[in-house]
Amino acid sequence: MSVARFFDEMSYGPAPEADTEARQWLARHSGKFGHFINGTFVASASGKTFDSFEPATGTLLAKVALGGAEDVNAAVAAARKAQGPWAKLPGHARARHLYALARMIQRHARLIAVVEALDNGKPIRETRDIDIPLAARHFYHHAGWAQLQETEFADQVPVGVVGQVIPWNFPFLMLAWKVAPALALGNAVILKPAEFTPLTALLFAELASAAGLPPGVLNVVTGEGETGALIVEHEDIDKIAFTGSTEVGRLIREKTAGSGKSLTLELGGKSPFIVFDDADIDGAVEGVVDAIWFNQGQVCCAGSRLLVHEGVAPLFHERLKRRMATLRVGQPLDKAIDMAAIVAPVQLQRIEGLIAQGVAEGAALHQPKIELPKGGSFYPPSLLTNVQPTSIVATEEIFGPVAVSMTFRTPEEAIQLANHSRYGLAASVWSETIGLALHVAAKLAAGVVWVNATNLFDASSGFGGKRESGFGREGGREGCYEYLKPKAWLGRKLRPEPPRPAAKPAAGDFAMPALDRTAKLFIGGKQARPDGNYSRPVLSPKGKVIGEVGEGNRKDIRNAVVAARSASAWSSATAHNRAQILYYLAENLSARATEFADRIAAMTGASAASGKAEVEASIARLFSYGAWADKYEGSVHQPPLRGVALAMPEPQGVVGVICPPEAPLLALVSLVAPLIAVGNRVVAVPSEAHPLAATDFYSVLETSDVPAGVVNIVTGSAIDLATTLAAHNDVDALWAFGSPELSMLVEKLSVGNLKRTFVDYGKAIDWMDRSAAEGQAFLRRAVDVKNIWIPYGE
Amino acid sequence: MEELAQRTAVPAPAGAGHNWPRNHGIDLDLAWVLDQRINLSAAERRVATLPGRRTVKKDAQAAWLLKAVTCIDLTTLNGDDTTERVKRLCAKARQPVRQDILDALGMGDRGITTGAVCVYHRFVSTAVEALAGSGIPVAAVSTGFPAGLVPHDVKLREIEASVADGAREIDIVITREHVLSGNWQALYDEMRDFREACGDAHVKAILATGDLKTLRNVARASLVSMMAGADFIKTSTGKEGVNATLLVTLVMLRMIRAYQERTGIKVGYKPAGGISAAKDVLNYQFLMKEELGREWLEQDLFRIGASSLLADIERQLEHHASGAYSALHRHPIG
Repeated sequence: MSVARFFDEMSYGPAPEADTEARQWLARHSGKFGHFINGTFVASASGKTFDSFEPATGTLLAKVALGGAEDVNAAVAAARKAQGPWAKLPGHARARHLYALARMIQRHARLIAVVEALDNGKPIRETRDIDIPLAARHFYHHAGWAQLQETEFADQVPVGVVGQVIPWNFPFLMLAWKVAPALALGNAVILKPAEFTPLTALLFAELASAAGLPPGVLNVVTGEGETGALIVEHEDIDKIAFTGSTEVGRLIREKTAGSGKSLTLELGGKSPFIVFDDADIDGAVEGVVDAIWFNQGQVCCAGSRLLVHEGVAPLFHERLKRRMATLRVGQPLDKAIDMAAIVAPVQLQRIEGLIAQGVAEGAALHQPKIELPKGGSFYPPSLLTNVQPTSIVATEEIFGPVAVSMTFRTPEEAIQLANHSRYGLAASVWSETIGLALHVAAKLAAGVVWVNATNLFDASSGFGGKRESGFGREGGREGCYEYLKPKAWLGRKLRPEPPRPAAKPAAGDFAMPALDRTAKLFIGGKQARPDGNYSRPVLSPKGKVIGEVGEGNRKDIRNAVVAARSASAWSSATAHNRAQILYYLAENLSARATEFADRIAAMTGASAASGKAEVEASIARLFSYGAWADKYEGSVHQPPLRGVALAMPEPQGVVGVICPPEAPLLALVSLVAPLIAVGNRVVAVPSEAHPLAATDFYSVLETSDVPAGVVNIVTGSAIDLATTLAAHNDVDALWAFGSPELSMLVEKLSVGNLKRTFVDYGKAIDWMDRSAAEGQAFLRRAVDVKNIWIPYGE
Repeated sequence: MEELAQRTAVPAPAGAGHNWPRNHGIDLDLAWVLDQRINLSAAERRVATLPGRRTVKKDAQAAWLLKAVTCIDLTTLNGDDTTERVKRLCAKARQPVRQDILDALGMGDRGITTGAVCVYHRFVSTAVEALAGSGIPVAAVSTGFPAGLVPHDVKLREIEASVADGAREIDIVITREHVLSGNWQALYDEMRDFREACGDAHVKAILATGDLKTLRNVARASLVSMMAGADFIKTSTGKEGVNATLLVTLVMLRMIRAYQERTGIKVGYKPAGGISAAKDVLNYQFLMKEELGREWLEQDLFRIGASSLLADIERQLEHHASGAYSALHRHPIG
């Protein structure tokens, strides 16, 4: 009996969760797992395996099949075969399957939780109370979307066969985030769990099969980075969904460029955690615990950058240090701990290395004197103060239990410091003043903002980043679209090469000459001569020179981006204001309809009637987006808390537009109008072959009160200007329509800042067709949805 | 002091014992009072996740529950209380857990008693007599308990009478109106008078948090009570619609901590009402240890106002000692 000792010490004894059932499950598989392909476990074709270790002890947990090309091919073939029938099932049937998966997770929740804790090293509290319940909730929620798909997404079809590569920090939850929406909406999946943590995905596959999921719908291929690369590069996969590091995300973007694969990336972060002097300080201190010591800080959206109002910083740090001293680090299955093991020795070394570097750069390291378990990969909760923004620990994602802290003086400075990052995943704002908290939340460059809270997740509310934290959303209606594509775009054909007539020499005569018009570039609200001061001729289909336009170069693009960047007032202008201007553009275009129709006919050789039709369609399109401007709204999600999550569509910022050769006015309007309707500023490159409709449009812009810099137009070579725009790190998104080469180039060069791209892979749409060329399919790509979580109560 | 030393057969570990300086209060600091901000959702999350972060099993659990027993203010506050009823309660306070169970747990020689017996003024002398020689203090509820709406001078006379009858602890109720109307000066003055009337008796300020409704009110009332010299702050009379909760506990503990940060003085905490299960009291203990520290797990700084909690703890302890689940009727009634 040690009662007396405990009575005197009042310490916590060990409180281990049993692992009997989990070990039995491993034993049933003889500690060896194959891939799960077409409904059964199969060994790698090569016979190769890799080892999965228990991070808390360093001992071997299981041998797992190492996926090679043959395995990936088999999985893709199985998925391809299953996808058609799966998509053809009525939504209700898929809803029943998803519902069965949700229930199945709940029935086996403890087994999954224990296996997860063993394999990943995270505390059983988190797997049991957070990861697994959230995963079940994800399947419930998406069972609902399957049920509603036919009515709610009537104009969409499934993407097809989806390759999903998930990380080791939330192995089971990330599986749910990926698999649930994909299956719900009629896609088939090849999932590759992380090499450190493959076990719960295999357990899920086994249980899903037992729950009646048809073979081939879900395939799990285990392996290392190379296996992931095989999936990413596989020709018969329609979409890649990846969660992981920004570095790998970049590689995937490059590898998939031009392939036509849809892509979502959920990448790293260095998320700010902002504490104002009117915050509930103790609440915020506890928030830090949930922000950076949750899952040992191995959380992409971890609040790792503390920004504290100068006046309260000493008190805040004092209380935070006190709180750190009461944190307990222990074995993953101990039920009385706050933190357990780091996933692998290599990760531990990375953390140690970055901290050492931070300290060398002048940071003060605080670690509480608490006991760490012996053996295994453990690291204490850590706080770095006296950190300057220049330090590596302030800019790089550490992915460990390490918070760095800096101070700010004013709300403006807090916003500036918070947004001064290449990342933009999440943010926390702590203030008891609603005006301040919401003001800051609205200004933060992040996909998710938690007000007086942190690390809240729910299937109803989209999760995903801005900037180099990736693109796409997971969860909610916004997440469903990542696994759908517009019906109206099916059957698009490669557009023919644009005609390149040979220029005929012009011969003058003695008639009254037309008055010369010099088309310049349009930058910052002014007509500007091209930097190089060269011009290019514009030819009619018959080769007659009908005008000249400026030959824009990279400096013109640079200038246009600067102008667009500084026109930020447009993004915060009222929707009504933007609507008025779009209508006014239509009005002024209408006044010159004949002139524009003639110009189109002269450039393209189209009939007068079709020139007129294009102008009329352009006017109508401007009206459509004027209409949308104050109606493309967000929604209010209802996650399970007393509060709301506001899903707010936000403009992406500065967006480049490369117009296709055809429909020189209508395509320009169809691409620029949705962007500016929701508050973006645009740098547009008009149809290379027929740019005069765009240069004529300057004066329409000028007379319609479009603020300077909101629409900038640079004429010239589409591919050259796209190259500069795609590589420009201050351009947030790039829409490029034209040749397959253009799409490939744009996607490949977008990796610098992981800008959002919207390309057509050379496949033309009919710009006159409203269902294909207008509406929400464009507006959705013109915004990022920011989810602002606002718990409330007094 | 001497009596207390007597009743702790084995010296409690470092930090226990009535050797903390008493709280003599400070001037009312209105700016500090008004500066309190409590975010309800954040507080709720802390409380909701605590049971997943801390737990005790087996011997540790038995030890923690026994510690809880030593912190119980064994209470009867009913209209039908009688002298004999109070004597029975006092007997239970002297021997709260069957000796054979204590022996089996290796705790038979520790002189385990409850922290105090808590009664109305009428029964103070009865209880003092029944507890003579045990060292167990008698606490009297006072100041027009539970509503606290009798005239102020009557409240002071009631305190003085209980102290004269031998009560060493006085559980006063504050005038909720002062909090609800934001009249912090009045609350401070009232509490100051109560503290003075108590003399050497320790004073526990009952905030009646169920009446105060908001956590901000709870935080402010806690601070004002401490500024005015409360030795303990206490949640409830047990008669409000909502009594002790982990949520108000979290807020009150943080105020105790803030007061200590500023003054160096350790103020005690007493949740009361509604804590009837062993597993519930453990969560209160975890919160005390996590938010305030080890010292606050001893009876000098922690009391639990409860009547039926003890019976559940006894059953758990017997289960731990014997391995078989217990029944209520196997333990003497209190």
